[in-house]
Amino acid sequence: MTQNAEHVLDHFELFRGPEYQQMLANKKALFENPQDPAEVERIREWAKTPEYREKNFAREALTVNPAKACQPLGAVFVAVGFEGTLPFVHGSQGCVAYYRSHLSRHFKEPSSCVSSSMTEDAAVFGGLNNMIDGLANTYNMYKPKMIAVSTTCMAEVIGDDLNAFIKTAKEKGSVPNEYDVPFAHTPAFVGSHVTGYDNALKGILEHFWDGKAGTAPKLARKENGKVNFIGGFDGYTVGNIREIKRIFELMGIEYTILADNSDVFDTPTDGEFRMYDGGTTLEDAANAIHAKATISMQQYCTEKTLPFIEGHGHEVAAFNHPVGVSATDDFLMTLSRITGKPIAKALEQERGRLVDAMADSSAHIHGKKFAIYGDPDLCYGLAAFLLELGAEPTHVLSTNGSKAWAEKMEALFASSPFGKNCHAYPGKDLWHMRSLLFTEPVDFLIGNTYGKYLERDTGTPLIRIGFPVFDRHHHHRYPVWGYQGGMNVLVKILDKIFDEIDKNTNVPAKTDYSFDIIR
Amino acid sequence: MSLATTQSVAEIKARNKQLIDEVLKVYPEKTAKRRAKHLNVHEAGKSDCGVKSNLKSIPGVMTIRGCAYAGSKGVVWGPIKDMIHISHGPVGCGQYSWAARRNYYIGTTGIDTFVTMQFTSDFQEKDIVFGGDKKLAKIIDEIQELFPLNHGITIQSECPIGLIGDDIEAVSKVKSKEYDGKTIVPVRCEGFRGVSQSLGHHIANDAVRDWIFDKISPEAKPAFESTPYDVAIIGDYNIGGDAWSSRILLEEMGLRVIAQWSGDGSLAELEATPKAKLNVLHCYRSMNYISRHMEEKFGIPWCEYNFFGPSKIAESLRKIASFFDDKIKEGAERVIAKYQPLMDAVIAKYRPRLEGKTVMLFVGGLRPRHVIGAYEDLGMEVVGTGYEFGHNDDYQRTAQHYVKDGTLIYDDVTGYEFERFVEKIQPDLVGSGIKEKYVFQKMGVPFRQMHSWDYSGPYHGYDGFAIFARDMDMAINSPIWKKTRAPWKDAPRPSLMAAE
Repeated sequence: MTQNAEHVLDHFELFRGPEYQQMLANKKALFENPQDPAEVERIREWAKTPEYREKNFAREALTVNPAKACQPLGAVFVAVGFEGTLPFVHGSQGCVAYYRSHLSRHFKEPSSCVSSSMTEDAAVFGGLNNMIDGLANTYNMYKPKMIAVSTTCMAEVIGDDLNAFIKTAKEKGSVPNEYDVPFAHTPAFVGSHVTGYDNALKGILEHFWDGKAGTAPKLARKENGKVNFIGGFDGYTVGNIREIKRIFELMGIEYTILADNSDVFDTPTDGEFRMYDGGTTLEDAANAIHAKATISMQQYCTEKTLPFIEGHGHEVAAFNHPVGVSATDDFLMTLSRITGKPIAKALEQERGRLVDAMADSSAHIHGKKFAIYGDPDLCYGLAAFLLELGAEPTHVLSTNGSKAWAEKMEALFASSPFGKNCHAYPGKDLWHMRSLLFTEPVDFLIGNTYGKYLERDTGTPLIRIGFPVFDRHHHHRYPVWGYQGGMNVLVKILDKIFDEIDKNTNVPAKTDYSFDIIR
Repeated sequence: MSLATTQSVAEIKARNKQLIDEVLKVYPEKTAKRRAKHLNVHEAGKSDCGVKSNLKSIPGVMTIRGCAYAGSKGVVWGPIKDMIHISHGPVGCGQYSWAARRNYYIGTTGIDTFVTMQFTSDFQEKDIVFGGDKKLAKIIDEIQELFPLNHGITIQSECPIGLIGDDIEAVSKVKSKEYDGKTIVPVRCEGFRGVSQSLGHHIANDAVRDWIFDKISPEAKPAFESTPYDVAIIGDYNIGGDAWSSRILLEEMGLRVIAQWSGDGSLAELEATPKAKLNVLHCYRSMNYISRHMEEKFGIPWCEYNFFGPSKIAESLRKIASFFDDKIKEGAERVIAKYQPLMDAVIAKYRPRLEGKTVMLFVGGLRPRHVIGAYEDLGMEVVGTGYEFGHNDDYQRTAQHYVKDGTLIYDDVTGYEFERFVEKIQPDLVGSGIKEKYVFQKMGVPFRQMHSWDYSGPYHGYDGFAIFARDMDMAINSPIWKKTRAPWKDAPRPSLMAAE
C-alpha cells in the first residue's frame, strides 16, 4: 500500500508507487489498443523534423493550441474597470462561466459577470426577453452603478440588436431611463480578446461622450489639460496600473485611468467580499472627453478606440506594451511633451538603476536566443527589451497578430544588429511554435502558462510572462511597465537563466566544478 | 464558529425558511416566484428535496452553470485520450476549457494522446457567412496528416454550428469513409441547447451510442478474452487520478476493469464496454443515459456506487460484489479489511480537528450528495447543498440517502443567494467551484474547490480519502483565517467605553 496517514501522498507521488504502475501498465497493454511504442517513438521524432515543420506550416484550416481568446473576455475585462460596473454578456450562459473562470484562475480573485442565459427559444425568436428580464434582475440584485453589455457569438449569429434591445428594456422598466447601459457588439468570430477590449472601451466612451445612445445631449469638449491613460488587455493590470499612477503622480500630471481594474482584481481578504472595488468613476469616464490627450499603452488593443478619441480632438499616442529602458524613455518623454511637465528626478534615478542592473547582468543575457509568444503588443515590448539587452528574440509569434503587426516587428528587428536573424509569425499557434523550437532551437521561451507544454516537449526553459498565468501565483501584482517594471522583467529572465546554469552543473564529480557560488 | 451546532433542528428549519424568504425579496416579483421553487428546507422522510430542477436559468442573476458544450467536450468526450476533439466554432470555448479539468491520463501528448491540447476550427466571419463544412473537412485532413496516430476524431459543436445550418454529420460520414471507416463523431452540443451542462452530457452519451456502438461490426474479433469478472467504470473523469484510485480497489477485489469512462479512457475501451458483465456508475448524472442504453441493448446491469469516504466505499464495494460470486464477495471484504488500518489512522489524525465542523456545498453531477458521507466520516456535517445542473432523480437520491432534516437546499443557486446563505449560516467550510472560491475566501470562509479538488486529489477510494481529509483540515484549520481582521479593528470596545 502506497498511501499513508502520517505523510499523505499527493497525486504526483501516489501514482508512482509500484501497485499503480503495474495497474496502469496492464490497463494499457490489455485494453487501450495502444500504438506500437516504436511507432510512437518514430512519430515523436518525425514531429521534430523540418519536413514536419513544413507540413505544419502548410496548415490552412486547423488551429492547434492558439494563444488567443475571444472578444467578450476583453469586454468583461474592460467593464469591471469602471466603478460599480457589472458586465452583462448577452447570449449563451456557458460563455460567462468560462470568462469568469478564466479571469479567476489568472488573478486568483473573484470575477463577477452575468449572462442573459439565451437558449433554444431565444435562438429562434431572438433574445429580447432575455435582455428585458436580465437587466431588471441584474439591476435589482447586484445594484450596479452601470451595466456594460457585450455579446457572445450566439447573439451575434442571430443578429440581436443591442441598441434597440436596451432601449426596449428601458421602456419596459427593466432599469431607469437615465441609467447607464453602454454596449458593444463583440462577436467571437472576429479578432480576439484584444478586439473585445477595444470594442467595449469604445462602446463605453461613446455612451458617455456621444449622447448615451440618443438619450442625452452629446458632451461638448472643454479641454482641461488632463491625460487619459488606457492600459489595454493586460495580465499585469494590477501591478502596472498602480505603477503608472505612481509615475503620473511623481510627475505631477493630472490623469484619468480608463477602465482601471487594478483594484477589483486585487481586493483584500478582510471578511468582506467586494463585488465592485475601485474603477474609473462614471463621472471621470464622461469627463475624460475634456482631456488634452489620451495615451494607449497597447496599440493593438485600441485600434478603434484611439481614432474615436482622436476624432474628439485629443492628441493621442499609442505604445506597444513598453518594457525596458528606451520604450519607457519614449513613454515618459511623450508624457512630458504633452503635459509640459519635466520627467521627475526620481524617475531619472530609477532609469539609472535599471541601466545599472542591465549593465551588471548583461553578460548573462547577451547573445542568448529567445522565442516569445503572446498578444501583439506584449510581444513587441518584450522583443524590444531583449534587443536592448543584446539578446536575440529569434521567434516572435502572435496568434492574434496581424500582417501589419508582423511588419512592425520586422522593422524593429531591422533596427538592431541583434535582430538580424529574428522573425515574426503572425496568426500562428503554439503547435507552429513547437516546430520552430525543434528546428531552430533557442535558449529560452517567453510566454504564458501554456508554454509549459512546449517546455516539456522541446526542453526550452519557459519564462512565464503573459496571460494567462495559471500555474504560478501573484505575478500579476508586479508591474512590467516603467523602469521598475523593466527591473522585474529583467530579474525574472535572469532567475531562469541562473536556475538553468545551476541545473546544468549540479552533478557531483561530473559537472559541479561549474556549480559556482558567485555568478 | 458554527451557529448550526448550537441550534435545534426546529430552530434551524425556521432560520433557513426565513433566509429563503429574505433572499427572495431582492428579486423582481416574476423572478422571485421562479426562484422560490428552487429553494427549500429539507424535510426528513420526503422522497425528494422539494425543489424544481433542470429548468432554465433566469437571465441576469449570475447562475453558476455552464453549457452543453461544456458538458460534452469538457466532461464526457474531452478525457478520451487517443481521440482528437475539435472545438468547432470560434476560438474561445476551446481556449477557456483547455486543460482546465485535470483529467489525468498516461500518454505521449501530441503523438498518441491529445487531452491537454486545444484543437479548434477558430471560426472567422467568413465561416459564419459561408458555412464551416469545407473547413471542417480540411481540418480532418490536416489532423490525419499531422497527428497520424490518433484513433478517432470528435466534432464538438459550439453555438454557431447549429445556427448557421452546417451539416457536420455529412462531413463526418464522408471523411470516415475516406479514411477506411475511421471513427469520426459529430456531436451537436451547441452551447445554447438545453439549460446547463446536463443536456451536453446526454447528447454526448447519445453520440457514443450512435457513432461508436452502432458502428461496431458484429464480426469484429474480440480484443481480449472475456472473463466473468469484467466490469466498466462509468462516469469517473479521473480528476487528479480519481479513476485510478478507484480502479485499484475493484481490481484488488478480483474484478477486471475493461474500460474507464472517460477519464484516462480510450476509444478501444468505449468499444469494449458492451462486453462488460456489470457497469459500475459513479457520476449518475452525466452517464446514466449510456448505462441504461447498455442495459436495454446488451443486457448489462449497472450499479451506482460512491467511493468518497470509508463508510460509503465499504458499502459500495459490497454492493458491487453482490452482483458476483463468493470469490468477489470475499475479495470485497479483504479489500475493506486491508485498508481499515489506513482509514483508522486517517480518521484518528483528522477527525479531532474537524469534528462538528459544518459544510455548505454547491457542485455539479454527483458531488452535492456523494461527498456528504466522506465529511461525516470526519465528524463533519453538511448543512446546505445544491446542484448546478441536477435533475429530480438527483434530488430524490439526495433526500433518500444523504441529507439530514433541515438541510438548506438550493438548486442552480445564484451568486447573490449563495453569498447571503453563507453569510447567515456561517459554515466552517464551503465546497464549490473556482468562480465561488475567492468570493468566500474574501469573506474569511475556508473554501475547497470541489470540481477540480483545488488542484489536489484524487479524492476517490481509500488512497483518495487520506488526501481529502488532509485537504479539508488544511482548509479549515489554516492559521490565515484568524488574521482576516486587522487586530486594531478588533480592539475590545469595553476599554474604549472605559476611556469615555
